Amino acid sequence: MAKSIKIRAKVKGGVTIVKTLISHPMETGMRKNKKTGKKIPAEYIQEVTCTHNGKNVLTAYWGTAISKNPYMSFQFKGAKSGDKLKVSWLDNKGKSDSAEVKIK
Amino acid sequence: MNTNRRSFLKSSVTASAIGIAVGAGLISPRAVLAAWPKAAFQATDVNSALSAALGASNASPSGDIKLKAPDIAENGAVVPVTVTSKIAGTESISIIVAKNATPLAATFNLASNTEGFISTRIKMGKTSDVVAVIKAGGKLYTAKKEVKVTIGGCGG
Repeated sequence: MAKSIKIRAKVKGGVTIVKTLISHPMETGMRKNKKTGKKIPAEYIQEVTCTHNGKNVLTAYWGTAISKNPYMSFQFKGAKSGDKLKVSWLDNKGKSDSAEVKIK
Repeated sequence: MNTNRRSFLKSSVTASAIGIAVGAGLISPRAVLAAWPKAAFQATDVNSALSAALGASNASPSGDIKLKAPDIAENGAVVPVTVTSKIAGTESISIIVAKNATPLAATFNLASNTEGFISTRIKMGKTSDVVAVIKAGGKLYTAKKEVKVTIGGCGG
């Protein structure tokens, strides 16, 4: 699951605006395969953590009601251009990925 | 005597190890205390989801929360929602879809330097209230908005 995360992070007036896009199916476990009638097993992200220079700025717990290929945006203070921002996720099947960018 | 000494040593070692890790900023206190709240996401009504996720369900409405969501969502699978909280000391933002099978969509735990702002996209099964619940200073505040859904985003 390489490169499943896209991150944009930009400092503007002391506030860093972060936008992330993760490619993930986010299956709820309720949907049925139309051909076989069997339920498609649940596969969704449960936890997303964002750290700025190693310090946690956001921990998100997600349920199945987050859309497919989740988009998330948040803002935090105290970062400057060139700082590192890392985003990682973990899903219910134990799969995970992380990505790191430099804040613009 | 011996057992006392043993258990004392054990507990002090564990406590200090956690203390060091927190102090060094390796893990936030929240990360130590809370894992993914399974009961909250499996709860089928709003109140029990709130109690499981945030420890209380008595949220009071607040004008300091801005919840931005469309009036009508043509596609319930992708409903953009933005929550802005002007409440001082906002610790977490939860998004709830009242009529989904499991109402709790997400909880975002914010660090002290993180602004009370979250934007994301959620799924909605049918027309329902979208509720933002903010935890600040141990109290819950809420704002809601009805979103009409023409095509459901769950099942199919």
